[in-house]
Amino acid sequence: MSPILFWLFAFVMLVFGAAVVINRNPIASALSLVVCFMGLSALFISLDAFFIGIIQVLVYAGAVMVLFLFIIMLLDLRVEERRKINLVAFVGGLAVAFALFVQICFVVDQLGAAKQAFPSLRAAKMDDVHNVGLLLFTNYNLPFQIIGVLVLVATIGVVVLSKRELR
Amino acid sequence: MDYYFLFTSLAKIVALLAVVLGIMNYAVYAERRISALIQDRLGPNRVGPAGLFQPIADAAKFLLKEDFTPRHVNTFYYWLAPCLAMIPAITTLAVVPFGSTLFGVPMVIADINVGVLFVFAIASLGVYGIVIAGWSSNSKYPFLGGVRSSSQMISYELSLGLAVIPVFLLVGQLRLTEVVRYQIEHGWMIAPFIGDWANLHKWLLAIPMLISFVVFMIAIFAETNRLPFDLPEAETELVGGYHTEYGSMKFGLFFLGEYIAMITGSAIIVTLFLGGWHFPGIPDGSHGWGWGLVNIFVFFSKVAALIFIFMWVRWTLPRFRYDQLMRLGWVFFFEIALVNIFLAAIILAYFPQ
Repeated sequence: MSPILFWLFAFVMLVFGAAVVINRNPIASALSLVVCFMGLSALFISLDAFFIGIIQVLVYAGAVMVLFLFIIMLLDLRVEERRKINLVAFVGGLAVAFALFVQICFVVDQLGAAKQAFPSLRAAKMDDVHNVGLLLFTNYNLPFQIIGVLVLVATIGVVVLSKRELR
Repeated sequence: MDYYFLFTSLAKIVALLAVVLGIMNYAVYAERRISALIQDRLGPNRVGPAGLFQPIADAAKFLLKEDFTPRHVNTFYYWLAPCLAMIPAITTLAVVPFGSTLFGVPMVIADINVGVLFVFAIASLGVYGIVIAGWSSNSKYPFLGGVRSSSQMISYELSLGLAVIPVFLLVGQLRLTEVVRYQIEHGWMIAPFIGDWANLHKWLLAIPMLISFVVFMIAIFAETNRLPFDLPEAETELVGGYHTEYGSMKFGLFFLGEYIAMITGSAIIVTLFLGGWHFPGIPDGSHGWGWGLVNIFVFFSKVAALIFIFMWVRWTLPRFRYDQLMRLGWVFFFEIALVNIFLAAIILAYFPQ
């Protein structure tokens, strides 16, 4: 992977990640988050992890964020734009973010493994779709089925909750 | 850095873009001529011989018109939306194999192992252009068009995704070149009479493949907002739908983006179900560059035939009502696609080759 590409996409991710928080307009925030996801997926793809990269776009950028945008569009955005910046929350947020950053720095500093570069993977291309499918249906079949049931329960729950209003 | 790879990729990208933009311009012309034919009119026939220079006149008109931005719109997003409508449709073409080989270079821009997932991921981004156009226009009809379009595209994406699963159960790979290779060896997905025709297994499998093909094709109609599913821009209800407030080239981008999406959709259908660039009796590009060119020609001929069907349907069928459209998507096609997966799996399990 080319380091230039890594820096480019990492920069895009950071800028748009910050834009999610800084923007006053919720639509602008949501779209910044989409661009941020695209940068993340580009990083995955440049590491030859095509499957995860594409699923990132398909699920988050293509489905979840579309629904977010859909809901935000129906709100009155003017109220949000006129709201004043809460100074206490602003300073508090900065302090928490800074504390987290310092903590991560300490942890990385003490972790020996983080200081040496990992050996690169075999040159041969691996078929990541095949590997993920194989693992899901052999080693991790029970957790996979349990997640399936969980999602089904959640779906039924949503249907029940949204039908109750209509009665 | 591999300069040979860089150069061939660049050449492929430029050539494919030129061909597709050319097809797009003449698809607009063909649409007008075919609609005229169906409605017993003449259609555009004044500019050049038989009106063949009409696309040039259209393009000049789009570019020379006053570029007007209404005062009440959200300017940045208003300008962003037409670009977002155009880009995903073109990007999808990167993974479609549009020919065998030419001078030993495979005729596909990016042969990635998640081919069809890439297509769905990029196609699902296409909804942003329309939603943002509807929202940034700050007016009622475009907004309703945007809302309709986003729910329609999300609903039909489900049938689209489920419909192709039988194909990949059979092929065992998500790579689109592998799908084409399988069809060259075993005959096209929906045409079991090509190749080894006396094989019962192939005839049985053609049943779920045919159902997949029909569901996929109808879902593509809904995804590209073509009639009978063009509710987001239904003139009688919403003036112009999401592009009501747009004019000149910005409207042109929406208009042409729809045609590009149609070409891309046809290219995917051809690749998945109709054998890609393969035609019985025509050898592949390893037998000389002339055959390579013929393969590319075969691929685009199939795409053109499908585009003709798209137009034929548009000028023949009336528009659905919005609730009918949603019910059709969720209650009918979704279930058919699900049952179809089981059917394909049962055939694969109990009638081995």
